[in-house]
Amino acid sequence: MFAYLVRRLFLMLVTLFGISIVIFFLLRIVPGNIVDILFAAAGYVDPADKANLEKELGIDQPLVVQYLHWIGGFLRGDFGYSYVSEKPALQEILPRIPITARLAGLALLFSASIGIPLGVISAVKQGTKLDYALRVVSLSGLSLPSFWLGLLILTASVAMFGQMPIFNPNPQTWLEAFATYAVPAAAVGFRSAALTMRITRSSMLEVLRQDYIRTARAKGASDAAVNYQHALKNAILPVITVIGIEAAFLIGGLIVTETVFNIPGVARFLVEAIRWRDYPIVQNLVMFIAVVVVFANFTVDMLYAVFDPRIRYTD
Amino acid sequence: MAAIDYDLELKRAGAGATGGWRRALFLAQRHVLGAAGLIIMIVFALTAIFANVLARFDPLTVDAAHALARPSALHWMGTDSFGRDVFSRIIHGARISLAVGIGSTTLGASIGVIVGLTSGYLSGWVDLVFQRVSDVLQALPLLVLALVMTAALGPSLPNVIIAIAIPLIPTVARVIRANTLALREQPFVEAAKSIGMSEVRIALRHVLPNTLAPLIVLATAQLGSTILTEASLSFLGLGIPEPYPSWGRMLSESAAEYVRTAPWLVIFPGIAISLAVFGTNLFGDALRDILDPRQRG
Amino acid sequence: MSDASDLVLDVKNLKTVFFTNSGLFKAVDDVSFHVRRGETLAIVGESGCGKSVTALSLMRLVPDPPGRIVGGSVTLEGTDLLALDDAKMRAIRGNRISMIFQEPMTSLNPVMRIGDQIVEAVRLHRNLPVREANGIAVEMLRLVRIPEAARRAREYPHQLSGGMRQRAMIAMALACRPALLIADEPTTALDVTIQAQILALILDLQKELGTGLVLITHDLGVVAQTAQRVIVMYAGKKVEEATVEALFAAPKHPYTRGLMASIPAVPASGVAAQARLNEIPGTVPSLVRLPKGCAFAPRCKLVVKRCQEEYPPLQDWGGGHLAACWRAAEVAEEVA
Repeated sequence: MFAYLVRRLFLMLVTLFGISIVIFFLLRIVPGNIVDILFAAAGYVDPADKANLEKELGIDQPLVVQYLHWIGGFLRGDFGYSYVSEKPALQEILPRIPITARLAGLALLFSASIGIPLGVISAVKQGTKLDYALRVVSLSGLSLPSFWLGLLILTASVAMFGQMPIFNPNPQTWLEAFATYAVPAAAVGFRSAALTMRITRSSMLEVLRQDYIRTARAKGASDAAVNYQHALKNAILPVITVIGIEAAFLIGGLIVTETVFNIPGVARFLVEAIRWRDYPIVQNLVMFIAVVVVFANFTVDMLYAVFDPRIRYTD
Repeated sequence: MAAIDYDLELKRAGAGATGGWRRALFLAQRHVLGAAGLIIMIVFALTAIFANVLARFDPLTVDAAHALARPSALHWMGTDSFGRDVFSRIIHGARISLAVGIGSTTLGASIGVIVGLTSGYLSGWVDLVFQRVSDVLQALPLLVLALVMTAALGPSLPNVIIAIAIPLIPTVARVIRANTLALREQPFVEAAKSIGMSEVRIALRHVLPNTLAPLIVLATAQLGSTILTEASLSFLGLGIPEPYPSWGRMLSESAAEYVRTAPWLVIFPGIAISLAVFGTNLFGDALRDILDPRQRG
Repeated sequence: MSDASDLVLDVKNLKTVFFTNSGLFKAVDDVSFHVRRGETLAIVGESGCGKSVTALSLMRLVPDPPGRIVGGSVTLEGTDLLALDDAKMRAIRGNRISMIFQEPMTSLNPVMRIGDQIVEAVRLHRNLPVREANGIAVEMLRLVRIPEAARRAREYPHQLSGGMRQRAMIAMALACRPALLIADEPTTALDVTIQAQILALILDLQKELGTGLVLITHDLGVVAQTAQRVIVMYAGKKVEEATVEALFAAPKHPYTRGLMASIPAVPASGVAAQARLNEIPGTVPSLVRLPKGCAFAPRCKLVVKRCQEEYPPLQDWGGGHLAACWRAAEVAEEVA
């Protein structure tokens, strides 16, 4: 277990290093110098200011020095300086993290609490009308763009209540907080619930074909016991992995949903930074997202070890 | 014991459905949803091809006098804030979605096949490097990667295609690699080797054709997701630039303002995206059931 | 025939078919047999002859779709299992009739402790508190000679060897003291050295518990060592039935004779080794496109025109020795 943990942590660092390299060079493909773009966006060019800024950003340095400077800063929590709010980017990002985290958490909760039971039902009732209906619903969940779902919810709310739900940044009660996050979380969660459901279904079907299921039936176990005790316990393992992968998948949904519902979260901040061409912040934000995703996957791997008695990670 | 209708049971199991057309008809009957998906895909492709004939107005012509017109006999789906006909823009938008869908899937899948075959075949350090690079690419959410890439490359159709194709490469390559590794152990590959066939020839003649089924299944499954990613990118204003009628762009945030005043601007493009993606997903699902017996339920 | 009270299992005209995309597949076609208390009946045949489907039919575990039992009766201790509703059948399964499968590696639930899997089998049929059921589970593991039974009971299947897992399967199958045990090739997946041990264990327990045993195998050597009576199946049909002595002394069906001739005999000292094994030419026909007459005709050395036109009925050759062959008399002569 310990050896595996060390190896897994090492691989994680390698991956993060790779990601940092990719991000760093990707944002330097940008035609023209970042400073030129910043100034072009600002609309004026003062050579002295430009030289100052170049120095401040360290663009006059060799690439390796620039990279080390960036990563060093990132590790110390120096996420750059937002030119729009004129504050250090970290100050912009920190208050946004709990917003996005709550949204993501609630979406994952929806995804698991709806996706897993429906997936099991669909597999157990394989080939019936119910299975067909559930499969169509899950496929449509994968087909509706989540931003459109958000827009539809807004349209419906206008049609029914005459107004759009407005994001409440300071909910007073627990219920208010839930109401604030539930609708956008449902818009994001629909898609991942659909994915969870499909994975649960195919994982269940795979398990239901196994010999030990036949053994359980041969013992005289009822369908319910076979499906929920024997099959689900085995089928849930791949589902855990997928929910981990969904953490990454969810971020795409969060980006558009935070934009549609006008929620001041981290994901929308990335879009804004890209639109302002605030590349230092984009670079740090993407790196931050990558760290979160990689840690989520790591956590899931560890969870897997807890749930599956066969895996003790001895190698 | 209940009476059993043997003919009915056999028909349900597909007995007698051999031959090309009869087999296809049987499959269509068994996979009704898949057949529906195929029809949607065909309609979608025909719309894109014959957009010029089908559209009632030029999708780019601005007509300020008729801005934000409600759906009517003239403008079936109304007009947008520039007075452009929404129906015609949706018809032409099919071209962009089709171009992006086919373009990035083909690009991503072809590079993925080459990378996967090479990596599965050469093993050693090439494989190791591939594994780490794909770890890196897969750790970044698809949309984030595509966003950063279009931001870096600049918004244009080819750049969007590239930006969406790149995250696809490791997904395809992983499947092909796994298949290649499994196939290399197969007796017929051993046999080909023993009669002195070259590795490249074995890879192209024996291994590649045998990975075709999972490749087709995967590519179809990805088609819908590429269309969705393009829509998301364009929705965020970082995909296909104005004035081209991309469905996602038509829904771009300004649509949030029209939710109140012009819901047709929200509803119709969304239906177009959802339907196109739904069609490919339905078809992809049926295809997987048919071609991938391991997954067959 | 013996008196009915002695009869544990009586199968009459069992028919199980599969509906596949290449046609109707008669996996078990009009098969009848019976097992007495404490008796061992062997079902022998090549793979694909329908012997495993016969076993699953007795348990009513044929996967549906594509399979379906379409006719006959399976009477266990006086009850026709095919007429029971699902709940009543479940109460019998694992209780009065139970089964050991071929693959010990995959037949145990990988995420459940061995002991718990046996406890489940016990508690499904006996209204016992967990503690007591646990005691029975450990007792059963001891009975199948698993060392350190109490510790093993707390282990997961992957921690046990193949032989140990098959012992655990046997413990589970016998936990409720069934009247009939079905063993479907219980030793095929095991190492040769373990095979004899497991077989001996099954026979010992059978004697101890007085269980009827249906042993499914392709190995006539195993049959000779273990069974009292044998049925031979070919292409879904019973082609011969006899006591072990009668069968080995004078097989009446050319297929049975072929099976016997293909057993490699260990030459006694001083006797020259057999020059060549006698294999049966050809393969088992596709069950979808069976020939009109006898299914074995295409592979049979004694084939005559009639074999290809008319399926031979089962004929009694005395002492309950049944065979379905037009030329059974000649087969007997040739061996003699």
